[in-house]
Amino acid sequence: MPEQLAFAMEVFLNGLMAGVLYALVALGFVLIYKASGIFNFAQGVMALFAAMTLVGIQNGQVPFAHLINAIFGTHVHTFGWNVPSVFALIFTVIVMILLAWAVQRFVFRHLVGQEPIILFMATIGLAYFLEGFADLMWNSEIKKLDFCMTANTCLPQGINLAIDEFTFNAFGYGFFIDNLDITATIVAGILVAALIAFSQYTKQGRAMRAVADDHQAALSVGISLNFIWVLVWSLAGFVALVAGIMWGAKSGVQFSLSLIALKALPVLMLGGFTSIPGAIVGGLIIGVGEKLFEFWVGPLVGGATENWFAYVLALLFLVFRPQGLFGEKIIERV
Amino acid sequence: MKMKLATMAVTAVMAAAPAMADLVFPSLSYRTGPYAAGGIPFADGYADYFTLLNERDGGIGGVPTRLLECETGYNTEKGVECYESTKGEGALVYQPLSTGITYQLIPKTTADGIPMHTMGYGRTSAANGKVFSHTFNYPGTYWNGASGAVNYLLAENGGDLNGHKIALVYHNSAYGKEPIRTLEELQKKHGFELSLLPVDHPGQEQKSQWLQIRREKPDTVLMWGWGVMNQVAIQEAANIRFPMENFIGIWWSGAEHDVLSAGDKANGYKALTFHNVGRDFPIFADIQKYVVDTGKAAGAGDQIGNVLYNRGMYAAMLAAEAAKTAQEIHGTADITAAQMRDGMEALEITEEKMAGLGMPNFGPSFSVSCENHGGPGLVGVTQWDAANQTWSLISEFAETDMEVIGALIAEDSGSYASENNIAERCN
Repeated sequence: MPEQLAFAMEVFLNGLMAGVLYALVALGFVLIYKASGIFNFAQGVMALFAAMTLVGIQNGQVPFAHLINAIFGTHVHTFGWNVPSVFALIFTVIVMILLAWAVQRFVFRHLVGQEPIILFMATIGLAYFLEGFADLMWNSEIKKLDFCMTANTCLPQGINLAIDEFTFNAFGYGFFIDNLDITATIVAGILVAALIAFSQYTKQGRAMRAVADDHQAALSVGISLNFIWVLVWSLAGFVALVAGIMWGAKSGVQFSLSLIALKALPVLMLGGFTSIPGAIVGGLIIGVGEKLFEFWVGPLVGGATENWFAYVLALLFLVFRPQGLFGEKIIERV
Repeated sequence: MKMKLATMAVTAVMAAAPAMADLVFPSLSYRTGPYAAGGIPFADGYADYFTLLNERDGGIGGVPTRLLECETGYNTEKGVECYESTKGEGALVYQPLSTGITYQLIPKTTADGIPMHTMGYGRTSAANGKVFSHTFNYPGTYWNGASGAVNYLLAENGGDLNGHKIALVYHNSAYGKEPIRTLEELQKKHGFELSLLPVDHPGQEQKSQWLQIRREKPDTVLMWGWGVMNQVAIQEAANIRFPMENFIGIWWSGAEHDVLSAGDKANGYKALTFHNVGRDFPIFADIQKYVVDTGKAAGAGDQIGNVLYNRGMYAAMLAAEAAKTAQEIHGTADITAAQMRDGMEALEITEEKMAGLGMPNFGPSFSVSCENHGGPGLVGVTQWDAANQTWSLISEFAETDMEVIGALIAEDSGSYASENNIAERCN
């Protein structure tokens, strides 16, 4: 096999894997937009907050330690224990549910019936608040994320040797595929299947879809909007936690995690704001598209094409399908 | 009533008087935002040194220092706002801590007559004091960094880099592009191959760049990164099993937080430096006694001895020594910004002086002159020991190729002078 073709195949596979990571972020946006029509600008910050909370609990960090020390003149930083990842995950999910409740109770309940742009602005405010709150609660140091289900089963990182060996035997060039990306793909697959099963086969899931279709009609049959919105924000919080773990394992848990939302925007534009499969397919197209473009065209134009090319690709799709690949086409008759 | 008014007036004058006599050192810090992890230790080191001088020595030359901290978030617009809002407080010297802010402040500080110190960042050609009267970038610049890396590789490869492949992974910004011209000139001189791999802000996704490195198999990877770009690059290098001892970052890519998230895999990673690292200096005992133990530390006291804390402390020490020099030159303890500039231009740092300050071998000995605001440009190399979680200086502070760098500085500063109608000084 020609060397360039083997390289291109490797880039293609890595693009697919990167696309899954983008889709993980985009999923959170889709869930909230689908159920409430809110474009949640704070989704990236939620990923940061969730990951910081997870690591903070794992490391036995005292929340708001700097604040406590400044007020009371103490020097407390940790409780002196470590919490196993699984329990830390459960506690973090509880924190994200509490956050969802607080967001609904203190922000969006007061904004029912407002224009979408007002709701969007509220999420911008929420993003800034959460950024500061996360720093205050867990401090702004970069934290190493070691997520282990058991003592010997941690999130793997580095080259997958089996793929490297197989492709070397088959093509004469061993492909690099990161074990973390493979894990993220499996987790994303399970997550999407679970979300689809939840929305199709559970009472709450069906209620969520009813609210997404028509708030008024859902209210008229006795569905609690407040409950559904807390549920949706909780699910988005859980998705944010998963995205935060996968991205945080790469770079450490730090403020920049909140910027992963930028990677989700072209995915949403391409896949549509209301479709879970759209987020996945959109992520894969963006991931593969930007990586192959960088591989072939990047060297000719000085490189660093990925950020802008993702948006160009999304815009090209929008020219032909303004609602995105899987978005709902809304026809308003007058 | 008159008595009351007189008492109030005297009290007000008495309250205002010490503030007027303070030596004001603004700190344009960034404790929030995506780069806070790097900004906090530097700001802590800078603040703690001045606190130490106040608590231990009663200030500089008997005049207390006053730190004026302003949060920039590493944002150029906010940095300029910080400058505008603090310059009227009697600011003696600015450390903008950002190349973007530096570029904006060069004309402003020159017009306002306030010196600016951009240590290891900013506009490299500001080393030419004939053109840049109020900007100083001693003891080293990015171009010294690029040359220092090449010199280190020359030493490691028996003085021959012919056919040696170097890949530069850089932040796709003015900062990241700084070493390119120097490396291209050195490439002509030494015959190595250079490939350029830009990474867009913030640098969270670098798969394409590292796949390319894996395909092209460079002998050495140099990195001009900042923020999350550093951590991701080191992790990706570990993922593709690139030998860490052949991976060298600039001094802004070589702090503890850059390597800790990659764990043991970061072992052996190298970074350039223009000052020493670690806690093994007598000054830290004083900082502990006079600053931390008295509850006056700028942060939680947990950053002391970290690379960027040391850098902040070093910057403060150089500022304080320049202030002392200014006091000596002008025969007054209560110096102005103009006098501070004179002190910076006449600054002389010797090993004896550093040892006396509790910082033996902390940085190179050097002197500043009217012509040379960039210092000697000596560059050292540090290496990360993941097991002990420590950086160690593994080389001397070595000379860089001033023949190449000097020509580039003359060219760039010459263009700046002609664009801005600046007449050369120091004649």
